[in-house]
Amino acid sequence: MAPAVTVERDLRLDLFRGIALWLIFLDHIPSNIVSWITIRNYGFSDATEIFVFISGYTAAFVYGRAMQERGFIVSGARMLKRAWQVYVAHIFLFVIYMAEIAYVASSFENPLYNEEMGIFDFLKQPDVTLVQALLLKFKPANMDILPLYIVLLAAMPPILWLLLRQPTLALATSALLYALTWQLGWNFPAYPSGEWVFNPFAWQLLFVFGGWCALGGAERIAPLSRSWVTIGIAVAYLVFAFLICMTWHLPRYAHFVPKLLSEWMYPIDKTNLDVLRFAHFLALAAITVRFVPRDWHWLKSPMLYPAILCGQHSLEVFCLGVFLSFAGHFVMIEVSSGVAMQIALSTAGILIMVAAAGLISWYKGVEGRRPGPPARPPGATLAGGEV
Amino acid sequence: MRWIIPALVGIIAYAGCAFGAEDNACLTAASLVHADFPLTHVAAALKNKQLDIVVVGSTSSILAGATKAAAYPTKLEAALTSRLKDITVKVTSFAKPRQTAADMEKDFAKILMDAKPALVIWQTGTVEAIRGIDLDEFRATLDEGVDTLHNGHADVVLMNMQYSPRTDTMIAAASYADVMRWVGLQREVPLFDRLAIMRQWYELGTFDLYAATKNTDMAERVHGCLGQLLADLVIDSAKLAEVGSTGSSEPKDIR
Repeated sequence: MAPAVTVERDLRLDLFRGIALWLIFLDHIPSNIVSWITIRNYGFSDATEIFVFISGYTAAFVYGRAMQERGFIVSGARMLKRAWQVYVAHIFLFVIYMAEIAYVASSFENPLYNEEMGIFDFLKQPDVTLVQALLLKFKPANMDILPLYIVLLAAMPPILWLLLRQPTLALATSALLYALTWQLGWNFPAYPSGEWVFNPFAWQLLFVFGGWCALGGAERIAPLSRSWVTIGIAVAYLVFAFLICMTWHLPRYAHFVPKLLSEWMYPIDKTNLDVLRFAHFLALAAITVRFVPRDWHWLKSPMLYPAILCGQHSLEVFCLGVFLSFAGHFVMIEVSSGVAMQIALSTAGILIMVAAAGLISWYKGVEGRRPGPPARPPGATLAGGEV
Repeated sequence: MRWIIPALVGIIAYAGCAFGAEDNACLTAASLVHADFPLTHVAAALKNKQLDIVVVGSTSSILAGATKAAAYPTKLEAALTSRLKDITVKVTSFAKPRQTAADMEKDFAKILMDAKPALVIWQTGTVEAIRGIDLDEFRATLDEGVDTLHNGHADVVLMNMQYSPRTDTMIAAASYADVMRWVGLQREVPLFDRLAIMRQWYELGTFDLYAATKNTDMAERVHGCLGQLLADLVIDSAKLAEVGSTGSSEPKDIR
C-alpha cells in the first residue's frame, strides 16, 4: 500500500526555499559585502543544500500525488516536461551570460590581468562553446545548479515510482549510489576539462532524501528528529562547524584546529556533497523543524510573505536572481563598486525578485493557477508549475 | 569577518606607518601575511649567506608589457636584499604563460638540478580555474610537486591567484584557492594568500583593481607590494625555523 501523501502544501518549504533563493542571489554578486550574512560563511553547507532538498521534497509531493492519481506514464511525462522547462531556462541564462562576458571582454584591459583574460578564450570558438553548452558540458561559473536540477528531474520518474512503493529501499539505493560514487569517482564530464561542479550522482542523495521526507518519511523519523538528544547533537555540530569556518576567515587561528582533525576533515568536497556538508544540512533542518512548526503563526504574517512568495515560484525567481546578479555586477563595473552600491544593489535585487514573484502569482491567479492549498480541482495544474 | 578585522588592523597599520617607509600602500594587507610554518632550508641558506629562490608560475608572475624588473620576483629580490644585509639573494623566475600546475611540476626535477634553490615559490591556480581542471587532480599535482621539492631539499611557498573584480563572476577561483589552502595546511607549507591580499587592497581602495587601462603603472605598484609582502613572509617563516629548530625538515607523508 502506498504511503499517504499529505494534502496541504507546507508553507515552511516555500519560506525556506525563498530565503535560499535570496542567499544564492547575494552569493552570486561578486565582492558583495551583504553576502557576509549568508549561511555559507558560518558553516559547511550553504543555500544549495536547502534548494536541492526542498526541490526534491516538493517534486515528490506534487508528482507523487499525480502518480497515484494518473499513473506512471502521465506523471512521468509531466516530470520530463518540467525538466525541459528548466533546460530552456538554463539556456536562456547562458545566452545572457554570453552577452555579459562578451561585453566585459571587449571593454576590459589591464596589464595586471593578462592571465585572467584567458577566460574569454572560448569566445574565439563559439561553435564548440554553444554545442557544449547545449549538451550541458560547458557551464560557466555560478551556473551549475540548474543542470543538476535538470538531471534530477529527468531521473525522477523511476525514483518516485520506487519511493511510493518501497520508500526505505529507494532511500537505501540512493545512499548506495552516493557511496559508490565516492568509492569509484563517478561524475558527468564537463567541457573544456574536468567534471560537473555539482555531481548529480552524489547530490541525488539530498534530492531523494527530500522526496522520502515528503512521502511520509518525515513523520516516521519525527520521534528521532524531534528528540532533545538529536537537537543537542545538532547544536553542538553547528557550533563546531561555525568555529572551523572562523579559522578560514581568520587564518591565524587555523593553528587551533588539531592536525589530525584537519587531515581527516579537509578538503570539504562541495562537488560530491561531502558528508560533513550533508550532516550540517541535517543539523540545520532538525533545528528548523523543531522550532518552526508547520502551523507557526509567523508563516501567515506579512513579514515573511515576500520570501514565501519567492519560494512558490522558484524557477522563475532563481533565473531572475542569476540575471540580477549579472546585472548587479555590470552596474558595479560601470558606476561604482563601493559598499553603499553593494548594499543598494542587494536590496534592489531582492525587491525585484519579490515584485516579480508577486506578478507571477497574480498572473497565475488570473489564469486560475494560483499555487498553494486553496480551491483547486484534485491533481490539477500544480504539477506543471510550482515544483 | 574576514573583511572587517584585517581591514581594521590594516587601517591602523596604515595610519601608523603613514610617515614611514616608501610604499605604505602594501601595509594595508600586511595582516594577511602570517608565518605559519618554518622554512628550514631558507634558514640554513641565510646562515651560509647565500639565498637562492626560484619562482615558478604563469602569466601573473611575469607582468607582460612592462620590463622584467617590474614583476614581483625582481621586487622580492630587491626587498630581501635590502632587508638581509650581507646576504647574497638571487631570485630566478621560471614563470611561463598559461602553465598549469601539472605543466610546472614536470620541470621541477630539472629546476632543482640546475638552480639548487633553498626556496621555490609556486604560483598557480588561475589557469586551472579558467580551464575547470578537476579539483582532485589539482590537489594530487600540488601534493606531488611539494613532495618533489621537499625531497630536493627546497622549501616551498604556495601562491594562489590574483583577485580580479571584473572577472570574479566568471572564474570560479574559490574552490581552487581552498584546495591550495588545504594542501598548504596538510603539508605544512606557507601559503601566500594573494587572493585575499589583493581583495583587501581592492576593498580598502588601496588599488583600483577595477580600472581599465593600458598603462602598467598600477600593475607595477601592485607587483612591488606583492614583492615586499612576500619578503616579509619568507623572512618571518625562516625566523620560525630558527626558533623551533627541533622540527624536521622532511616532508610528512600524508595518506
